[in-house]
Order: sequence, then structure tokens, then C-alpha cells
Amino acid sequence: MDRRTTIKWMLAASAAWPAGRAAAGPPTHGTALLRPPATPGYGTDPDLVTPHKRGEFWPLTLSAAQRRLAAVLSDLIIPADEHSPSASGVGVVDFIDEWVSAPYPTQQRDRPVVLEGFAWLDAEGARRGARGFAELDAARQAAVCDLLCDATRAAPEHREAAHFFALYRDLTAAAFYSSPAGAKDLGYIGNVPLTSFDGAPPELLKKLNLT
Amino acid sequence: MPFVTPKSQQRTYDVIVVGSGAAGGQTAYTLSMEGARVLMLEAGRRYRPEGETPMFQTPDLAPLGGVGTPQKPFGFYDATVDGGWQVPGEPYVRTTEEHAGRFDWWRARMLGGRTNHWGRISLRNGPYDFKPKSRDGLGFDWPIGYEDVAPYYDKVELLIGVYGSSEGLENTPDSPPGCLLPPPKPIVSDYLIAQRARRLGVPAIPGHRAVLTRALDHTANPRRIHPGNERAQRILAADMASRAPCLWATPCGRGCSIRANYQSTTVHLPPALATGNLDITTDAMVYEVTLAADGHASGVSYVDRTTGAHEHASARVVVLAASACESARILLNSKSTHFPDGLANSSGKVGRYLMDTVGSDVSGQVPLLESLPPLNEDAADGHQLYTPWWLYKEQLAGKLGFARGYHIEFGGGKRMPGPGTGSGLEWLTGGNYGRKFKEDVRRYYGSFVYFSGRGEMIPNENSYCEIDPGGVKDRFGIPVLRFHWQWSEHETRQAAHMQRTFGDIIEAMGGKPQKIETDGAKAIAPGGLIIHEVGGTIMGADPRVSVTNQWCQTWDVPNLFVTDGGVFPSNADKNPTLTIMAIAWRAADHILASLRRKEL
Ligand SMILES: Cc1cc2nc3c(=O)[nH]c(=O)nc-3n(C[C@H](O)[C@H](O)[C@H](O)COP(=O)(O)OP(=O)(O)OC[C@H]3O[C@@H](n4cnc5c(N)ncnc54)[C@H](O)[C@@H]3O)c2cc1C
Ligand code: SF4
Repeated sequence: MDRRTTIKWMLAASAAWPAGRAAAGPPTHGTALLRPPATPGYGTDPDLVTPHKRGEFWPLTLSAAQRRLAAVLSDLIIPADEHSPSASGVGVVDFIDEWVSAPYPTQQRDRPVVLEGFAWLDAEGARRGARGFAELDAARQAAVCDLLCDATRAAPEHREAAHFFALYRDLTAAAFYSSPAGAKDLGYIGNVPLTSFDGAPPELLKKLNLT
Repeated sequence: MPFVTPKSQQRTYDVIVVGSGAAGGQTAYTLSMEGARVLMLEAGRRYRPEGETPMFQTPDLAPLGGVGTPQKPFGFYDATVDGGWQVPGEPYVRTTEEHAGRFDWWRARMLGGRTNHWGRISLRNGPYDFKPKSRDGLGFDWPIGYEDVAPYYDKVELLIGVYGSSEGLENTPDSPPGCLLPPPKPIVSDYLIAQRARRLGVPAIPGHRAVLTRALDHTANPRRIHPGNERAQRILAADMASRAPCLWATPCGRGCSIRANYQSTTVHLPPALATGNLDITTDAMVYEVTLAADGHASGVSYVDRTTGAHEHASARVVVLAASACESARILLNSKSTHFPDGLANSSGKVGRYLMDTVGSDVSGQVPLLESLPPLNEDAADGHQLYTPWWLYKEQLAGKLGFARGYHIEFGGGKRMPGPGTGSGLEWLTGGNYGRKFKEDVRRYYGSFVYFSGRGEMIPNENSYCEIDPGGVKDRFGIPVLRFHWQWSEHETRQAAHMQRTFGDIIEAMGGKPQKIETDGAKAIAPGGLIIHEVGGTIMGADPRVSVTNQWCQTWDVPNLFVTDGGVFPSNADKNPTLTIMAIAWRAADHILASLRRKEL
């Protein structure tokens, strides 16, 4: 495949990710670090071979409370099940922290959406009688997610929060399915050297009427 | 001493080759294997694919899951060094940012240039593609025909290794026996696409890519490539034997440390260096071709990026192979009292007739491909099958409303999961969370297909580059290019046709296209985006309207050549690089013969 196409295609599946989403409104709570510290990024000639750690190229910037909330929300979106662990179990929070702390335009555009979304969730948690969203019980957390998870059906007053939710779901999925556990969940068995490539199994082609 | 600094270069060479990508690699290979002493000057840094390629690295080990950023536009692991749509400190200018008139210029600054991360799709131009004007009255004919280039296509295929098949289809040339390697076996989505496309009269045949699906024949091929030159045969045989075949995993765009696909750095340069005839200086940014008193090229001037010093190298022959636009830039910047408009520009055509490929894509989701059992579909990184242009007759009869054709690159399958895998499913699901979301991702994983149309653009007067009249310079103080771009209706209608066709195929598969754009002006990718830019120093039969003759030799300066895509007077739907190499090889043969006859 044409490399360019691969990437375009990969991004096509997430076309609405950086672009089509309305940014959150103006910052509501003071200096929520809406801008990450300026860093040069990894440059145009980084070492591609050595594994990289989150925070190696730019500092992670989420507070302990924000990371706690990030973990709770990620695990509501991707909980553990019989196939794979939960999102927070495979390092999704670090990924999201790295994402919103990154110096690039897409990530900088996403940062206020995520931080404002966190603030909105905590306010909603407080409105529902807890200290914040993380402190709500599971049923009430789910009730909030139900309001937000389908942006096309979200009530007008929840539209922005629903846009945040969609972005956050994309980030959670991006991190989770990039991980070995996520790849295993999907039954991916490639990325291993083979001596020959057999193509589609004949039985399967027959079953699908493709022979 | 193959890698040399400005200080350790020889006093003079037979030939200077500027650039080390497909064009420079091929030119230097042919020349040095046949005994000429060559100096290659490359603006980028030295690059060693054997140690620098992230082969099996997974996305979780890369920052941001490896997604593209302005510093690595095609993703963290993509092989590009110091490049992309912008090169630090080396800007370019364009007349507009609007979709319709913009041009984006992709460059890489590394040994091997863009051949380290290109898509490896390697199609021959057909007979019509060299004589388009004779066929429909538009654009320009080449001063050569398919039969002139065919022997060089054979040699390039034998050298670099290209898989594919010979199908006997119109304007889709067969290769002689022994030239092509067997194509990879199709995956499930290929069978489905082929079955449904055929029902619509759209063919699907094995693709052609520069990937070793098995080892090259290192006994037979060197003899066919270098008849009568035993030393070259021996050197090539040893090198060919050390290239491993594809191991059916890892994305080719990262490069290939086992040398199973074509990169100039893994295929052209090692045997050329082994001859002892090739010296390479990296970090050498060439900005001017210098002239001797008699009007011949005497060498080139360049900036050593490591010291900032201005240096000069001399040779009997100068070959520009810095990529189409950059070679035009060097000529335009080589101004003198004799050549106030730039060198080799008496026709005024340097920089003119830039072309890219018409590109338009559609992806879709196909229920028949949902929830299939685990399958390893890595293959050789895709392009097992493709669709060559199939409507020649309808087009010639004027039934289509656009004059030139396109081919289709398509694919699908259970590719390595990554940051795009579970994202943006709302157009199918509305939006879920929890167990249901995980089930959605499992269900849809591997059920997407994409179709990319790649079509011919006709050269026009409004697509060109020039030295920026605003005086912008790069960090070396070299004046930069300004780009002008315009599509004609031949291209925008073609893009609309692509969209309709791909939508029809996806629907014939029982699938759902994500979006069909019927307005061709919106469906077409902006200029430069397909990264098949050619033209700017076109070859022709008439010195008044072309820059080089059929040998890539500039009309005005007999010992100055351009061997990259700049010389293309037309840009067939076939991806350009195989043709760039074939034309470069042919030019190098001509240079060798002229050197032997002491004509240069
Ligand atoms: C992602 C991607 C996918 C592609 N896929 C395909 C495909 O599938 N099939 C296909 O046919 N084509 C494809 N292409 C296009 C292909 O890469 C080019 O056609 C090919 O590399 C052109 O070869 P070249 O030698 O002219 O230029 P390059 O490969 O770009 O090499 C030019 C070299 O010259 C050097 N240089 C530039 N300026 C100077 C200077 N002033 N002084 C010294 N050195 C200089 C550069 O640093 C570079 O190393 C793709 C390109 C990209 C980026
Ligand atoms: S798919 Fe094959 S040719 Fe491509 S990088 Fe992997 S091993 Fe090399």
C-alpha cells in the first residue's frame, strides 16, 4: 500500500478527531494550564529505534486530581472484560497526559477541550452531590456518560460536553488499541516475521462465496 | 574512500551527481558500475537503514502513538529525516493557501531522499503515455517512445526487484520473462473487492511494487544488467545475494533494514560504492552550476551544512538529480551575464509545466468483512492487487468528459492496530462507551476498505515554479521557489469520476462509503499532495520549447544533464519513480558513451 494512503486512511477513520469538533467555550476556572509549557518537541530527526517513555520529550502536565479523573473516565469507556484489561491498566492515562501536554497544533487544540471537559465533569459530579465526578458511584457516573456518549442525540445544553466525550473516547481508544493488550483484544496476529505468506485461507473464501 | 568531506574529495571527477534519491541513485549506479568516477553531493545527512529502521516497533513505544505531527507528518516511525511538508530553515512560497491553487512540496533531507519512505508502487508507462498529444491533442509528446525505454524498465526491474504480473492489458505493459517477481497472495478484502469490481466491469490484477517477494536471481540478473562487464556483474551479484527477501511484516514506509524493498541507500549505493568509483559527500547543499569560459559547466557550488562554508567541486559532466522542483531551482539560481534568466533556460521553460498526480480517495465499511476470525494480513504491506485504467475506448470516444485515465490503489484488512483503530466510529455507531464500545471496535476492526484514484494531469501554463520575486531566502541564503498551481476540468472531472466509481464499488460490496464528494474541485487533492511532482525541465524535440533533449541533456549546456522527474513532459497515471529510474539509466548510458568518445 501507498504509505501516504495508509496514513490518510488511518486518519480518515478518525477524520473528525482533530478537526470537526467545536472547541470548548472560554476557560471557566482561572489558570487551568490551558497552554502547556513551550517545548521544541522531538524534532525532525528523532531516534526511531529506541523505545520512548512518556514525558521523555516534553513534561507531563496533568495534576494528580486530573489524572485520577482521567483514569476513571477511561475505564468507563474501556472497562476490563474477558478479552482485555481496562484502559488505565495499559497506561492510557500517561498517553493522554502526554497528548494534552504536547507542543503540536492538534494536541494544543485538544488540550483545552479535555481540561474544560474535566472541569465540566467535576461540576456535574458536584451537582449530583459528590465532591467530583470521580467520587460519584458507578451508576451515577454511567448516567452522566449516557447523556454524552452519542453527540447526535445529546441535549443542546450537553452538546459541548458530548464533543469533549467523543474526543476523549478517541484518545482513550487510540492509546488502548496501540498497546499490545489492545492489539491482542482485536485478534491481531501480525507483526511477526514469516517465511512465506499464504494469503486468504481457502475455507474462509469458500464460506464467503469468494472462490 | 567512499564517504568524503569537501577536503578529502578528489580534485576533479568525471561526473558530479546532485542528489541521492531514485534519480541520483540510479545515475550514479550506472555511471560508477560502468567505470566513470563519480562524486555524489547530497544535501541531507548520511543515513544507515540497517541500523536506523524501526522494523517491529509498536505504536505504544512511540510518542503520541506515532501519529503524524508537523515534525513527522507521516508518523513518528516514517523514515523521513528532516523533511515533510516543511524542511526546517528551507521555506518555499506559494501564491495561495486556497485548496484550488495551492501546492505543497514534500522533501526529505537524507541520503537516499524520498526513496527511503516511498510507497514502492512501480508501474511502467505504456506506449500511449509517451505520445499523449498524438492521441488526444493535449499536452506534449515525449521525444522517445515506449520501445526506447522498455529495455531500461527491464533493467531497473531486474536490479531493484519488482513484483507483479503480465496481463496483456491495453497500455499496461507486460515485462519480459524473468523481470518480475511473483506478486503476494491476495487477502480476503482483495477477493471481495475484485469480485464486486469485476461485476461493474472494473478489472483487478496483481499490483507492482519494488519488494522482494523472493530473493533476486543473483546469477542471471547481473549478466542481463551488465552484459560484457564482468567486474560489475561480480560486484552486483555479491550485493544482490546479501539482500534478504520480504519477511511479510513491518510497514515499508519506515524503510527496510533487511534491504527487501527498494531504497537508493540499500540497492543503488552499496554496489556503486563497492566499485571504488563513487565518492559521496553528504550535508552538501548545492545552489549553483558554475560555468567555464567556454560556456561548459565546470562544476557546482554548495554549502557544507556542517560548517556553513561555501565549497566548489568540479567535473567534466554535471548531473542534476535533486528532484524535479529542486533541480529547476538550482538552474534558475545559476544566473550569469550570459544566462540572466538562469542556466539552460533559453526556452524560458525552466520551472514550467509542473505536474502532480490527480488524487482522490474514498473509504468505506463493509459488513461482509466484519467479525472475521484472526488473520495475518500484513502481506508485504499492501497493494496485492490494483486496477489499471480500463476505459480507454470510452475515453477516446469522448464519453467521459475528461481526457486521461487513472488507476486505483485499494486495500483493506486487519492491519496493525494503532491510534486510528477505535477512533471516529460514530458515523457507524452513533457513539458508545463501556463493554458495548469494545464490542463495536472488535466488530468493525478489519472491515474498512479504501480506494485511492491516481490519475494523469495534463501540463498547463499556470502550474509552475519560479524564484520567489519577494526575495525570500533559505537559511543558507539561497533564493527559494514560489509555486503557482491550477487544475483544469480534465483533472477535476476525473476526480469526480473516481468518487462515483469508488462509491459504486463499495456499494457493490454491500458496504457503506464514508463520504462521496461529487464536486470534483473539492474531491481533488491539492497540488503536490500525491508527491508525484514532475516537470519543470521538460524534455522535447524542439529546443525552443523544451529544456533537455531525449537524453536529459540540456539544450544550452551540453555537459549539463537533469535526470529526475523534471524532464517528464507528461505525467501518466502510473507512479513516476520506475520511469525516473529508467530514464536516468538511459541518460547515464548516453553520458558514458559520450565520455568514451571524448565528446564531453
Ligand atoms: C510517502 C511517499 C510515497 C510515495 N510513493 C510512491 C510510489 O508508491 N511510487 C512512486 O513511483 N513514487 C512514489 N513517491 C514519489 C517518489 O518518492 C519520488 O518520485 C522519487 O523519490 C523521486 O526521486 P528523486 O531522486 O527525483 O527525488 P528524491 O527521492 O526526493 O531525492 C532527491 C535528493 O536530492 C537531495 N537534494 C535536494 N536538493 C538538493 C541540493 N540543492 N543539493 C544537494 N542535494 C539536494 C534531497 O535531499 C534528496 O535526498 C512517493 C513519495 C512519498 C513521499
Ligand atoms: S513488508 Fe517486507 S519489504 Fe516491506 S519493510 Fe517489511 S520486510 Fe521490508
